[in-house]
Amino acid sequence: MSGIFPFSRNNEPSSLTLEDVHSVTLLGGHGKVGQKETVTEVKFEMGNVVSIVGPTGSGKTALINDIELFANANTPTGRRMLINGATPPEELMDDPSKNPIALITQHTNFLSDLPVDVFLRMHAKIRRAHEHETIVEETLDFANQLTGEPIIQENSMTELSGGQTRALLIADAVIIGNSPILLLDEIENAGIHRGRALELLRNYQKIFVFVTHDPRIALLSDFRIVMSRGAMEKIIYPDEEEAIIIDRIGKLDDLMLRFRKRLWEGERLSEKNLGGDLSALLSSSKETLS
Amino acid sequence: MKLIICAGPPTCGKTTVLKQVTNKLLAQGRRVAYLKEDVQFAEEATMFSEEFGIPSKAAYSGEICPDHSHVLILKEAVEWAEKNQADIFIVETAGLCLRCAPYVEGGFAICVLEVTSGMNLPRKIGPMLTLADIAVVTKIDLVSQAEREVFRMNLTEVAPIPVIETDALHGINIDRIVREVEKSPEIKQPMVLRGNPPLAVCTICAGKKEIGWENHFGVVRTLESDPFYQGE
Ligand SMILES: Nc1nc2c(ncn2[C@@H]2O[C@H](COP(=O)(O)OP(=O)(O)OP(=O)(O)O)[C@@H](O)[C@H]2O)c(=O)[nH]1
Ligand SMILES: [Zn+2]
Ligand SMILES: [Zn+2]
Repeated sequence: MSGIFPFSRNNEPSSLTLEDVHSVTLLGGHGKVGQKETVTEVKFEMGNVVSIVGPTGSGKTALINDIELFANANTPTGRRMLINGATPPEELMDDPSKNPIALITQHTNFLSDLPVDVFLRMHAKIRRAHEHETIVEETLDFANQLTGEPIIQENSMTELSGGQTRALLIADAVIIGNSPILLLDEIENAGIHRGRALELLRNYQKIFVFVTHDPRIALLSDFRIVMSRGAMEKIIYPDEEEAIIIDRIGKLDDLMLRFRKRLWEGERLSEKNLGGDLSALLSSSKETLS
Repeated sequence: MKLIICAGPPTCGKTTVLKQVTNKLLAQGRRVAYLKEDVQFAEEATMFSEEFGIPSKAAYSGEICPDHSHVLILKEAVEWAEKNQADIFIVETAGLCLRCAPYVEGGFAICVLEVTSGMNLPRKIGPMLTLADIAVVTKIDLVSQAEREVFRMNLTEVAPIPVIETDALHGINIDRIVREVEKSPEIKQPMVLRGNPPLAVCTICAGKKEIGWENHFGVVRTLESDPFYQGE
């Protein structure tokens, strides 16, 4: 199902399949003004969900670009990226079907006007995943759990909404692409159900790296990397207190989503329905605190 | 001197790629000269000379088919670059005619295609792709990985050459192109076109508008005949 690739630069006859990838390490370089990074090493292991946080312009996207590019002290940050603790061969980048990394950004799009199922079958064929008969159905099903607006398989790809596109991109990378490492750049704006998405993604043993402004994604991650002026400033692991807080933030977030849904459905917000939801939220947070 | 000839459909990102490549070559101490061949207007040469301070030149084909024009002027252009002590001469061609290929034997040929122009594009391009040494696929930042894979498969089915994917705007993967350029041979005289594209210098290309083969010189044909030569 996955590509085989040589694994060392000195032509040793070793090889590694996409399934063999078990960790990615980033070795620190420097920030925008040449300052050395405080974080000198960070390791992502299979199953990890990691967030990159920091204000706009703090170097979040550059960080995932370094991962995508197999940075080897040859990008503006001077960082190095290792797979399974060793420098990966650049040749991995040559063929996207052998590349262990999938990057999905806000700009990533489908341009083909083929029907969704035809396109997915085509991709599955390239990946030799088509022997697996239900792969297209599985992919669609997964995408449909990520987005609130179900994708019809006869729809043409270009008809999909932003949220549907993003959901299908993720589902395709996870299931058909079987990518061990997914980099997701600010996908929260696209109408993906975030809490649900994280729950679902955790069922797959992969490395998920989110560049995000969303507190919910950040707090539900195994750890977060805090960026400042182009450099990795800190690594924070959530503690017990944050575990309680995330629960409340989740409820707050759900509340906002419910309000949004009401607006979408042409309802009027009133003290009454707002009050009910708010007091439910407050009482639940008291519970968790006590 | 190395001769790098770059072709690709309009706005596919040739200039963007070549600027990134030039930047890296200059950083390695290479002396680069640049020629842009276009139909009637191009600001690239000015851009290259202002941005990089390297010898740059524009050549307009005007009334002549740009590929024909290329064949006619390339020899002198190479001499110009040599006189300017370039060790890498980059020629960006207009690439309007999909049946011609401007590449020469002993030079290095880059075909640039944008992945955004549809997954079947590689099938629609003839010698410009199949006679190239490498294909550079631009704008990968804009499409899904799945489509990149389909595009790539369609491309390598038509032309089994190395494919380098790039987000040229952000300079991603440019090092790989630079390495291929560095590996390419030194150009030797006399230069000969790689393919046998329909490059007959014809009176149609020179702007004669009359319809009907009897009004033209050069390689012509009738509706039913094979092409033949008419003229001196
Ligand atoms: N997003 C994105 N845009 C690109 C990329 N490469 C080029 N562009 C943009 O595409 C447009 C055309 O690029 P050019 O480099 O001028 O294309 P060209 O092939 O030289 O065009 P002509 O010489 O006029 O035929 C410009 O707006 C570039 O900024 C890329 O990899 N990604
Ligand atoms: Zn032509
Ligand atoms: Zn002609």
